[in-house]
Amino acid sequence: MAYSEKVIDHYEHPRNVGKLDQDSQRVGTGMVGAPACGDVMRLQIQVNDEGVIEDARFKTYGCGSAIASSSLATEWMKGKTLDEAATIKNTDIAEELALPPVKIHCSVLAEDAIKAAIDDYRAKQKHDAAPAA
Amino acid sequence: MKLPIYLDYSATTPVDPRVAEKMIQCLSLEGNFGNPASRSHVFGWRAEEAVEDARRQVANLIHADPREIVWTSGATESDNLAIKGVAHFYSKKGKHIVTSRIEHKAVLDPCRQLERAGFEVTYLDPDSDGLITPEMVENALRDDTILVSLMHVNNEIGVINDIEAIGDLARSRKIVFHVDAAQSVGKIPLNMATMKVDLLSISAHKLYGPKGIGVLYVRRKPRIRLEAQMHGGGHERGMRSGTLATHQIVGMGEACRIAAAEMDSERTRLIALKDRVLAQLSDLEEVHVNGSLEQRVPGILNISFAFVEGESLMMSLKDLAISSGSACTSASLEPSYVLRALGLSDELAHSSLRISLGRFTTGAEVDHAVAEIREAVAKLRELSPLWDMYKDGVDLSQVEWVAH
Repeated sequence: MAYSEKVIDHYEHPRNVGKLDQDSQRVGTGMVGAPACGDVMRLQIQVNDEGVIEDARFKTYGCGSAIASSSLATEWMKGKTLDEAATIKNTDIAEELALPPVKIHCSVLAEDAIKAAIDDYRAKQKHDAAPAA
Repeated sequence: MKLPIYLDYSATTPVDPRVAEKMIQCLSLEGNFGNPASRSHVFGWRAEEAVEDARRQVANLIHADPREIVWTSGATESDNLAIKGVAHFYSKKGKHIVTSRIEHKAVLDPCRQLERAGFEVTYLDPDSDGLITPEMVENALRDDTILVSLMHVNNEIGVINDIEAIGDLARSRKIVFHVDAAQSVGKIPLNMATMKVDLLSISAHKLYGPKGIGVLYVRRKPRIRLEAQMHGGGHERGMRSGTLATHQIVGMGEACRIAAAEMDSERTRLIALKDRVLAQLSDLEEVHVNGSLEQRVPGILNISFAFVEGESLMMSLKDLAISSGSACTSASLEPSYVLRALGLSDELAHSSLRISLGRFTTGAEVDHAVAEIREAVAKLRELSPLWDMYKDGVDLSQVEWVAH
């Protein structure tokens, strides 16, 4: 499989690898994929009081494209508001990394992970706000 | 050390320099270039003599009669000729064939083709060691079974089937027994004088001979009949027409001569190299060798590194030429059907590497390879959410995954 330079760069120097405190109210976690399918992504965001993503971390089990897609996703999310981050599309990721057609599903998975992390964070805030109301 | 290091000997082997030397002598005007079928001049006679010498060399390696050796273009053609040839010749006797799920595609695809032509095929599931036992075969046999086709050594995991016992069983029921021996000939002893194998497929390029040449052994006593698949001149006793490729045949003959002479010493050396690989991996957690550890050839090691995906692992192994059972390395995105048939979880199948060692592999190469693998596995486990979960004591089989 011939990879683009960008995929190789992200694979060899993955950005924002790590784990945030899943139980923190400020943290949203998205875990998508399945070991049986050959890829699992865990993407986490930490959001500040202004609703801006101040940190993003990932860990990915999967092929080089899956690792690169999630690494790129964390890079793009940092500094964005939740609404801005939610507009990141799989096609943008696929284009940026020049993914071959057979690897497009990796970018789809990354988009799913972004959405799942945002949803998880928003659900926590709602849950938090509910008893106070 | 020359990089990258070739550790994919079960895919193909380099031609032994001694073999290449013999082949070169059969090409140009000064050499032995004649058509072995030319009966009217010395060029033909000389070429025929070289072909017959090679036939004896192949026969000698498997203790067969030279008249039982039929030249083909390789093991794929041998498998096709054996399976379709027997099925069509004996179709009046019955239409049932027994094979296994972990055969090479060169056996599975002809079987599929026969199913389309009205034959019935039973595909045996191996046990968790990757073996097909005589009992499994016995339970699958029917009154209308005409052929059993099984591999001797599996190309992905290296396990050895007990073809001696299965041969006894097939013979007692007067059923033709075909063995794909592409991965075993020249590596472990084969004796057609004592083993009740009726048809045996051999490939030259798996034993340091050239690509594009192979053999189908066809037993004479009791005589096995075949319907030819290739027509045009009636070469090879009518079983396989086409001008014989003298240089290829001479190459295969020499490769078999060397294999017969050096099998024992090579086997001892490969066992030591295999043990060296395993010893250097033994302290890593969650590393699994796939397939029986006892019944196997030393040259093939199939290893799963849990929580690491095979394709990304290979991306890190820049100095190594190896293959993976991972889906992502194949066009189909399916993990290896062989590993899945063993009952391996998809996840472990995705995490597997096949390392195959051979005649030119050195201890230094093996050490370099294992060091690189260890480094890559450590790096990718740091990146793996599954490794995190494993370390936190999460039972991954109990997790509800959001599959896509």
